[in-house]
This record gives sequence, C-alpha cells and structure tokens, in this order.
Amino acid sequence: MFTQNLLQFVVDVLKVPSILVGLVACFGLIAQKKPFPDVIKGTVKTILGFLVLAGGATVLVGSLTPLGDIFKHAFDVQGIIPNNEAMVSIALAKYGAPTTMIMAFGMVANIVVARFTRLKYIYLSGHATFYMACMIAIILSVAGFEGVQLIYTGSLLLGILMATFPAIAQPYMRKIIGGDHVALAHTGTIGYVLSGWIGSLVGKGSKSTEEMNMPKNLSFLRDSTISISLTMMIIYLILSVSAGKEYVEANFSHGQNYLVYSFIQAITFAAGVFIILQGVRLILAEIVPAFTGFSEKLVPDARPALDCPIVFPYAPNAVLVGFISSFVGGLVGLFVLGQLHWVLILPGVVPHFFCGATAGVFGNATGGKRGAICGAFAHGLLITFLPVALLPVLGQIGLTNTTFSDTDFGVTGILLGNMAHFMDKGTITMIITGIFGLLVIYNFMAKKKAPAETNAG
Amino acid sequence: MKIMAVCGSGLGSSFMMEMNIKKVLKTIGVEAEVEHSDLGSVTPDVADIFVMAKDIAYSANLPEQKVIIINNIIDLKEVEQKIREYFEKN
Repeated sequence: MFTQNLLQFVVDVLKVPSILVGLVACFGLIAQKKPFPDVIKGTVKTILGFLVLAGGATVLVGSLTPLGDIFKHAFDVQGIIPNNEAMVSIALAKYGAPTTMIMAFGMVANIVVARFTRLKYIYLSGHATFYMACMIAIILSVAGFEGVQLIYTGSLLLGILMATFPAIAQPYMRKIIGGDHVALAHTGTIGYVLSGWIGSLVGKGSKSTEEMNMPKNLSFLRDSTISISLTMMIIYLILSVSAGKEYVEANFSHGQNYLVYSFIQAITFAAGVFIILQGVRLILAEIVPAFTGFSEKLVPDARPALDCPIVFPYAPNAVLVGFISSFVGGLVGLFVLGQLHWVLILPGVVPHFFCGATAGVFGNATGGKRGAICGAFAHGLLITFLPVALLPVLGQIGLTNTTFSDTDFGVTGILLGNMAHFMDKGTITMIITGIFGLLVIYNFMAKKKAPAETNAG
Repeated sequence: MKIMAVCGSGLGSSFMMEMNIKKVLKTIGVEAEVEHSDLGSVTPDVADIFVMAKDIAYSANLPEQKVIIINNIIDLKEVEQKIREYFEKN
C-alpha cells in the first residue's frame, strides 16, 4: 500500500512540467559536480523560469484572444500571428511534461547521433531545441502517442534533427564564414538553404550587398520588444478600424475608446512576449551549459552549431536587405492568401527580421545583391505558406490565433503530421529508429573520405 | 562586478557570449558575475560592463565607457583580447 502511494506520488510529481524541468536542471548540475548551493539555486531558478513563462502566456493570451475575434468580425476568416514564444507558452500548459522530457532526452540523442554518425554537429541554440521539442510533443500527442513511446520517438527525432539541420546549412556556412569550425543552429535552415540556392541561380555577376551604402538607423528593430510592439500596433489598429468602433467598444474595451484599447493591447502582447523570454532564459540558464559541457567531453570532434546572429557581422547590409525583402514576401503572401480566402498569416517582424536577415546573408553569399533580394523574398513567401499547412496537424492548439513561425517547424511539422495521418504509431517509431540505424551503419561501413570532406552532410 | 552579454532577443547569441566570457575570465583570473539579456531590457544600472556585437551597439543607449563592442562574436580570441584591454585600462 505504501509503495503504491509513493509510486502514485512520484507519478503525480513527474506530471508537473515545472518540477520536471527543475529535475532536469538538477541532474545536469549534479552530474557536473557543482557545489550544493549552486544545485539548489539552479534548480529553483529553472522551476521559477517555467512559472514565469506560464505567467507571460496569460498576459499574452489576454491580448491575443480579442485580436482573433476582432479579426474574424472584420474579415470573416481566421487570422494568425506566427510567434514561436507565444505558441510555445500556450502549448506548454497542456504539453509541458512531454516537451520537457523530449528536450532533455533529445539533447542526449543529439550527442549520441554526433558520436556515432557522420553528422558531427551539436545544436547549442537551447531555445530552438526547446521550441522544436514542444512542436514534436504536440504533433505526436495529437497523433495518439503516449508514455515511453512518445518520449522515445520524439527524443530520437529531435536528436536527429539537431544534427541534420546544421549539416544541411554547412556548405553555405563555409562560404559565409570562410571556415568550417562553427555551424548554424536556428529554426529557419530550410529557408536559408533555399535562399542560398536561389542566390546561386539568379546572382551571376551581381555585386555583394556589402558594396552598397545602407542606412544604419533600422537596427533598432533588432530590439525584439520594440519590433513586436510596433507591428502589433499596426495590426491591432488596422483590425479595430476595420471591425468598427461600436463592435470593439461594445464587446472588448467596455466603453474605453477603441483606438486607446488597441494601442494598449498591442503593447500588452509585447509585454507577454517579454515575460516569456525571461522565463525561457531562466529555464535554459542551467541546462544549456550542462549540455555544452557534456558534448565537449563526449564528442570533442563535433562542430558547435550556434544561433543565427553569428552570421550577421559577415554581411551587415545583407541583414537589412534580407529583412525588408522577406517582409515584402510576407505581405505578397498575405495578399495571395486573402485572394484564396484561406487562413491569413500576418507577417510578424520577429521571424522576418531574424530569419529573413539570415536568408539575406545566405543569398548574398551565393548571389550578391540580387541573390539576397530574391532569396529572402522566397523565404518570406515560404514562412507565410508553411504555417497554413502546419495548422491542421497541431490539433486544437492550431486554433489559438498564433503558431510556429520558422521554416524548420513548418517542414518538420508538416512531414511528421502527415506521417501520423497515414501510418500507425509503431511504423513511425520504426521509421525514425531506422533512419538513425542507417546513419550509424553508413558511418561504419562507408569508406572514410579525406577528413575535410567527411562532414559535408 | 557584473558583466552583461547582450543580443537582439537575449536567447542564443548572448548566452553563447556569456559562456565565452566566463571562459575568458577564468583564463585571465578575474572574478565577476556574468549574465545575458535582450537589447530591450538593458539599462545602464543593471551591470558594470555590457558586451555586444557591433551591429546592435548602435541601438543600445548605454554609456560608451561601459560597453565592449565585439566585431565577430564567435571569435573567442577577440572576446579575450577586448576584455583584457578593458581590465588593463580600468
């Protein structure tokens, strides 16, 4: 009886995502042989981070829900503002426990993949890992996966992805950085590679963006809180005006002037994201250094894959060209969606800035100015259309007026979601295990090429 | 003494810089607290030194003598050299 109660208690504890993520941090700290006070501090801070994140979600949803209703009233279709932080914070309320487990074991799987296959990359952008774990947890749970099978399949898939995406980008990264010692770990990889490929097609003879004179004063948009506030202001104001003063004041603002209401709600959205970012930072503060430490010890020959701003200094003008061009692509995509009467995906400044800018750098590396403009434009179209196809596989979570924004979420999610649609769970688990097996076999069977080429992906 | 690494959203690049700064401090034997944050949340009073990439330094309204600007944030040698210079000067 006692053991049964104890077991039930343990299971109940492990169902609480904040405690679970705290335990992951705690194990990481103990494994690094940190002093006792550091273990306590790190564990509590990680739990705190999860709760801060949940608080941010509440603030954000308070602004997002009215926006969705106003949108429907004004245009009679669903409007979606893609924002990773918003999506993850909302999804964690339901999928927090599997997300945490998949992230923790996904990192282990990344080390295993890097150790035993040719994909020698360690994915060090912790936030991207966290968001990707969340998306995998949602899709597999919606598909009916549970328990050990959910964690095993999700973690192994995440681990393979963490080593594969940097490998796909690496040929272009060598061109941009002029070296092979670091790789790129960001969730827009498919878009960047597309941009680099388009650049190589259209860019013949085009001069580098770095020979142009560009204004510097747009760099304030790199401050994500400001750029989110500004875009949300524009979106909220356009929608409120379209929906009409009476509708907004009667249903949402309770008599407050509808423009004032829109202004405050727009910045409330940014406030929500601001809080969520603090939470994410606290969650990752102990986990990422532990992961870095272990991976350096266990796979010393792997390349560290880092976040996208590492390429910005190599082509600062392409960053700006890429952002503007990607954003224009987003607007064109929005117009097309409107003509088709599909779900509207509004262009968010954050994905267009960070991913569009990186796409611009990739396009510039292969096709100069023309490559940066065309490549980033294509990227902008891509991150407008991918979320439309991603929505159905996210289940109920797809109805929350926000979604994952970047290309890798779209491509992975659509593939995984549709696999789940046509195959049973066992088959999916076997396919993912099979892919890992083939990668390992290839590593040991295939002849080793010259060292410089072994990691070409 | 507190050092703050800063980037656009305060998630990836600044975190990596924080870990690199910690490595550098160990080599040069300086004790300091290191954290990371986003451009929007930093104010001059939250740290003694701010470390950031050149491309966002234009938008940070921080006193110049408190800021260390890094041209290439993946270059550990540059980070070490700039931090050394800072501590020699001050």
